Amino acid sequence: MFEGLPILSLITFIPLAGAFLLMFMARISKEDAQEQLAKNAPRVALVISGVVFLLSLLLTLDFDSSKAGFQFVEDTSWLGGGIDYRLGVDGISVLFVLLTAFLTPLCIFASETSIKSRMLEYMVAFLILETLMIGTFVALDLVLFYLFFEAVLIPMFIIIGVWGGKNRVYASYKFFLYTLLGSVLMLAAILWIYNFSGEQLGAPTTNMETLINELKIPGGVQTWLWLAFFASFAVKMPMWPVHTWLPDAHVEAPTAGSVILAGILLKLGGYGFLRFSLTLFPNASLELAPLIFWMSVIAIIYTSLVAYRQNDIKKLIAYSSVAHMGFVTMGIFAFNLQGIQGGIYQMLSHGIISGALFFCVGVIYDRMHTREIAFYGGLVKRMPVYAAFFMLFTMANVGLPGTSGFVGEILTMVGAYQVSPWIAAGAALGMILSAMYALHLYREVIFGEQTNEKLDDILDMNRREVIILAPLAIMTIVLGVYPSLITDITSASVENLIANFNAATATAGN
Amino acid sequence: MLQTISLFAPQLVLAFFASQLLSTGAFAKKDISVGIRYFAVGVLVLYAFIGFILGQPTGEAFKGALIVDSYSHYMNLFLGLSAAAALMFSKSFFQTEKLDRFEFSVLVLYCTLGMSIMVSANTLLALYIGIEMQSLALYVMAAFNRDSLRASESGLKYFVLGALSSGLLLYGASLIYGFTGSLEFARIAEVISTGGATPGIIAGMVFLLCGLAFKISAAPFHMWTPDVYEGSPTPVTGFFAAAPKFAAMALIARLLVGPFGDITTQWQQVIIVLAVLSMFVGAIGALTQTNIKRLMAYSSIANMGYALVALSAGTQAGVKGMLIFMSIYTITVIGIFACILQMRIRNGMVEQISDLAGLSKTNRGLAIVLTIFMFSVMGIPPLLGFFGKFFAFVPAMEAGLTWLVVLALVASVIGAFYYLRLVKIMWGDENENEFVEAPKTLRGLAVISALLVFPLLLLPMVSIPAQSLISQAAASLF
Repeated sequence: MFEGLPILSLITFIPLAGAFLLMFMARISKEDAQEQLAKNAPRVALVISGVVFLLSLLLTLDFDSSKAGFQFVEDTSWLGGGIDYRLGVDGISVLFVLLTAFLTPLCIFASETSIKSRMLEYMVAFLILETLMIGTFVALDLVLFYLFFEAVLIPMFIIIGVWGGKNRVYASYKFFLYTLLGSVLMLAAILWIYNFSGEQLGAPTTNMETLINELKIPGGVQTWLWLAFFASFAVKMPMWPVHTWLPDAHVEAPTAGSVILAGILLKLGGYGFLRFSLTLFPNASLELAPLIFWMSVIAIIYTSLVAYRQNDIKKLIAYSSVAHMGFVTMGIFAFNLQGIQGGIYQMLSHGIISGALFFCVGVIYDRMHTREIAFYGGLVKRMPVYAAFFMLFTMANVGLPGTSGFVGEILTMVGAYQVSPWIAAGAALGMILSAMYALHLYREVIFGEQTNEKLDDILDMNRREVIILAPLAIMTIVLGVYPSLITDITSASVENLIANFNAATATAGN
Repeated sequence: MLQTISLFAPQLVLAFFASQLLSTGAFAKKDISVGIRYFAVGVLVLYAFIGFILGQPTGEAFKGALIVDSYSHYMNLFLGLSAAAALMFSKSFFQTEKLDRFEFSVLVLYCTLGMSIMVSANTLLALYIGIEMQSLALYVMAAFNRDSLRASESGLKYFVLGALSSGLLLYGASLIYGFTGSLEFARIAEVISTGGATPGIIAGMVFLLCGLAFKISAAPFHMWTPDVYEGSPTPVTGFFAAAPKFAAMALIARLLVGPFGDITTQWQQVIIVLAVLSMFVGAIGALTQTNIKRLMAYSSIANMGYALVALSAGTQAGVKGMLIFMSIYTITVIGIFACILQMRIRNGMVEQISDLAGLSKTNRGLAIVLTIFMFSVMGIPPLLGFFGKFFAFVPAMEAGLTWLVVLALVASVIGAFYYLRLVKIMWGDENENEFVEAPKTLRGLAVISALLVFPLLLLPMVSIPAQSLISQAAASLF
């Protein structure tokens, strides 16, 4: 469909062009038109991100899921010295592009009412963020990947730092410095690989396909490099014990910022594990998989318990995100089809569910300006529609069969069981705990007697909020009952990944 | 004859017009400082490009005292343009402060002449003459606001410490002369390659490096930097944060790979120590600063450390990495100072970081531009600062200095903290004061450098020719 059209570049850079368009309009419009412009900025941004969504939908439809390799590849020389501008998608990344393009318009639509100041700048930041997130998933060059991966920090720092809550400065610093420290270690590893590829392959390159297929990194170094990449991805993911920036960032971020943070940014870590750790350092991955397993299980159980004790709704969901990401890492490092498929599935479904949950929090936060659990109670009488939506997403978060959350968790556990039943048992315990905190939250906020009289005149969801949550609800159920929608697309690439992994670890074993 | 003239045409242009402008200014009946300034800018631009206009001649001039190669052509280009930019952004400052004198433009020209001799130096004597010519001009410029106690103090401080560093440098040069019997770089290299490095030569080299470390303000020879940066008039600070640093760094590179090219292992240790100390002193020292000029001083100390990381590889790629890093850094610094010079409220200049509070509301353009610079010096992609660091660290990695690269990256995370603080103050805090409308030249300069720092330069049609120019320059040293 897209012969001769640089479709990935288009999808990646249309939002950026839109951001420039908005800034340009702000520059040329007169003083009195500024207000009007700020009012219309969300609509412009919505149209732009809508176009991107349509394009990425077409891209996914056009994607040939029977092939394992990269498709829609673009390759242009860029910096020289083997560092080129290369884009492409395979079964693993194409759905993340779609997820990003799906969530961004919803965020923009939700922000139109919930953001009170500097609307234009907010929209610019969001569009730039979309470009960078999509770029991270489609980049096929290590340096280009790092560029997008790291650049995400800039708009996110500004979104949290400018439009965040009371404690936003602390949260944005913590977010930025934590992730930066993780990333620079990865940069050191990238520099090493770049240099090593020159020694081994004759000419230095950061072409990911070449590196994955041809580079043979010796065992001892693999461990170091794996750890350097791990530092970056574990912080991004976030894995216990480097997860502490996440609750702070979530609590302070504006609603749409939280949605993007939970929905997409956390997935960059899991995507990185799949794309780099397993392919470039297979032996180190195998060797260090027990570490990941234990960290995942601790994350699942510990953060679930922590989540149960939270007073702040957003914090609770943030901790639950850490727990759910534990399933992802557990699945990925099981190195079998179910585990990795489950990991990808869990990331996509968590992107939708946690995004929806943060939107749900945003709904009541916009009305009452508090996220304190104790403040609410008995909302079911005042907000029946809201209660229904919130119920669906809570259940999905718990992993009720029939929702997308279930598929991801069961697949990762099946995968992990094949490696170690104990790990799977620990994760299963985590599922019970997740039911505990999620139902606790739901009971406290929605059910019970309404004791707070400030809630007397709270209004149910308006049309805008229904429009935002409805597609997320539909996706949650559709993916819950029809998982092969996703697994069909990913399977060829995942099988290829596992085959390569097994080949690499088998030869190194003797 | 003509051949020789074309070789040192850049220096000739500067020397001729500098003395012409000096006498014109001195004998003119009225104040013609504005005219002289524009003329000087023209001279600097001519100086920058003349090597390229004449088809990049190469060879030795003045019986081997000066060497002209792709390296010096590249440096002339950069030094000329950055000096011209500094001269442009000083205009409005000196006019509003009623300090506008023609001598300033002449001093910039003489200083640039000194720098151009430095980057072409082929003997220790030429090296010393270049450094002194540049430094003397800088001392005077630092104290240019002669009625201000702060400026005079900074000029004096700079002079005393600068004289000390020159002493070290001369002592080193005399040792080298004593042990090799020559001042010429080529001859020194020959003696070292046949006779090996005697302790006397190594001691001389270390003294030379110490003297030069003063000039680039590498720790532990950095003490003068914050005070001088703070005390000097802001455009002067902007000037010597950019071009002279680059020139001194280029000189170090020529010295290290030229005469001392055979004892890489000896000087590598010195450079590594300087690099590590500079990175951490710069990054940690900046954390508590409240004055933006002092902050920039510490930031420049840290950045010199990163450039030294590239040099420590001791390879052609290392020199190339240093050139890329310093070029990007110079552009960024000019842009940042063009921004700092816009920090003017109704009753004068302000320099506190807290004065930037709420800038994003009062002056969105300036806030955006400054934010771009901050993220760039932090080394966050996709801004050019990231690529500066990338190309600076790759050669060190190649040379097996993995730990040094990791340290450099950690230092840059520490550094990120204070740059972030500026961003946070501009975007997060409530505004206290409003800056007055800045003159067009300043805004233009800031925007141009911001556009250069922005990934515009990464487009292949720019990045590949630029890199080949730099590679050629680096290759000509070996």
